[in-house]
Amino acid sequence: MLKTLLQGLRSPLTETRPRPDPALAALASRLDGAARRTLGRSLSIRQVDAGSCNGCELEIHALNNAFYDLEHYGLRFVASPRHADVLLVTGPVTRNMAEALERTWRATPDPKWVVAVGDCAADGHVFADSDAVMGGVAAVVPVNLVLRGCPPTPAQLLRGLLALIEAGSNQPLDGGRPARP
Amino acid sequence: MAIATIMSGSRGSETHQPWPCVAVDAAAWQQTAMLLASGKHTLLSLWGEPGRVHMAVLQDGTPKVAVLSLDCPDNRYPSVGRVHATALRLERATRDLVGLEPVASPDVRPWLDHGRRGNEPVPPYAFLPVEGESLHQIPVGPVHAGIIEPGHFRFTCDGETVVRLEQRLGYVHKGIDALMAGAAVPRALRIAGRVSGDSTVAYAFAFCSAVECALGIPVPPRGAALRGVMAELERIANHLGDFGAICNDAAFSIMLAHCGVLREHVLRCAAACFGHRLMMDRIVPGGVAADLSVEGAAALQALLATLRARLPPLVTLYDETASLQDRTVGTGVVPPALARRFGAGGHVGRASGRDFDARRDLAYAPYDCLRFEVPVRQEGDVNARVWIRIREIEQSLSILDQLLEALPQGPVRESSEEVPAGLGEGLAVVEAFRGDVVAWLRVTDGRIDRCHLRDASWFQWPLLEAAIEGNIVADFPLCNKSFNCSYSGHDL
Repeated sequence: MLKTLLQGLRSPLTETRPRPDPALAALASRLDGAARRTLGRSLSIRQVDAGSCNGCELEIHALNNAFYDLEHYGLRFVASPRHADVLLVTGPVTRNMAEALERTWRATPDPKWVVAVGDCAADGHVFADSDAVMGGVAAVVPVNLVLRGCPPTPAQLLRGLLALIEAGSNQPLDGGRPARP
Repeated sequence: MAIATIMSGSRGSETHQPWPCVAVDAAAWQQTAMLLASGKHTLLSLWGEPGRVHMAVLQDGTPKVAVLSLDCPDNRYPSVGRVHATALRLERATRDLVGLEPVASPDVRPWLDHGRRGNEPVPPYAFLPVEGESLHQIPVGPVHAGIIEPGHFRFTCDGETVVRLEQRLGYVHKGIDALMAGAAVPRALRIAGRVSGDSTVAYAFAFCSAVECALGIPVPPRGAALRGVMAELERIANHLGDFGAICNDAAFSIMLAHCGVLREHVLRCAAACFGHRLMMDRIVPGGVAADLSVEGAAALQALLATLRARLPPLVTLYDETASLQDRTVGTGVVPPALARRFGAGGHVGRASGRDFDARRDLAYAPYDCLRFEVPVRQEGDVNARVWIRIREIEQSLSILDQLLEALPQGPVRESSEEVPAGLGEGLAVVEAFRGDVVAWLRVTDGRIDRCHLRDASWFQWPLLEAAIEGNIVADFPLCNKSFNCSYSGHDL
């Protein structure tokens, strides 16, 4: 049995590191210096579905599979906003989720970043005209980075998240001290 | 009295396809409610528009599906939920969306409308009272710990045992009904494909079938076959994801790792064949928007071979791991009578003895020409829902074999890309991985007048409340995942 099971994972499945996207790197480099020093090369991510169709969640889930293996980049999903550096928010933000999103954001300690994932989170997409939605994450909480796509593929998501880390690590450090002991 | 009798005395609509739609009076409406309550027929959906309420009913015999419409100029109609609890949430939603009042309904609390339209203070939601000594409540959500959709669960517990679960949904309500009204067909189709992202193929399939029924648009054989290919790929991908995730919730994460890899293979194959991992916006009125190339067909064959080789050892592992079985067997039982009463579809219904699959029972193309079995079990526990998924993956592999073997040549889409002018009403029922999706719509000269989309989850969510009763709190994630109801598909 063990043999059969290992067979499935024998050849390395993990994708090579995606090539950096200059546009995303430029966006990420605008991050606040204090945030960069705190975050170093690691991010704890809290995902918040603020009204998505669940398509984005499926692809965010895929980041955890053996092909993308998110954790080997120092990125991990956490269960509480209290543990998070980054809120990964999907959906056009429904009126019914706006307060929950805002409270989740408030529960996340500073410094924090908000990454809006998907076309709905960017501007409401096909739901933008609805009275029942706020029309994007920025309508409710400040957004630092937008990753478009309907849904963005795991490779696109990974590229965006790595841009955040790269931006953090390239920043000159205070007094030459390392970002993380 | 049967629906046929009620219908024979009523005025039919000429434009409604493919099943009859009749205008009934309040008495016939109430008689139908009693028929549903007696278990003779199954409620397929209930929805409304200003001044009129509709109900779709599934029955044995011919016609298999009937739509009843009741004019209610004063926006009031006799509640079906009064005698048939299955209709309650649909009536509450219809009240929120259209303002139709179900007269004498035992539950008129808002459902999708959380009172957040204006700047008024939000009224507290009236959870049902629970009385008893030493009971405590655990509120969970809407924001959950995992990467899942938002919803609120109110557990009332006696120690570790759940005495009652009450769900509160509607958090991802996006106003889809209102967006659909007046939308041109291509835009409405894009919205339909985003009602529930995991079922985007099934929703596009159902929506397009309803448009095609309404306007008499033919679908060429190759287009129909490729719809089947996409629908089965979607089913396999979701069932694989669920299989892994259910085991993961029982602390058996190796299954999640393996199923995650297989699921990724399916999605990559879908992207290679049809240009999108979830196959969004690939089904269009009159056919499909992406043809399958020779290379694509070869990739599909390779995928089928991979799945056939890799899945059986995982199934054996599931079957032979006592600690895993210990968590899934006898947990979260849905009694067959309840599944029947609620007309629960998909793995929830079929794990509890409800032998219904729209692909077989309302045979639509391409399933009308295919051979497949519909697995059914009686136990109704988490284990049964896992096995239904496993067996369905096997059936889907066989269906894909048949489709690829005899893939018709020719166009994949009716030549004209324009939706023809004219007026029509159409109803379609398509089997998504989760169960039957109902799409009803009225279209006039290329624009949707009204559209109602009913996810299978409507009739599964209430059963989750029943299934968890008497189980321990720690088994809720396991039960919930074994259902895997849609929040977005339900909240609209």
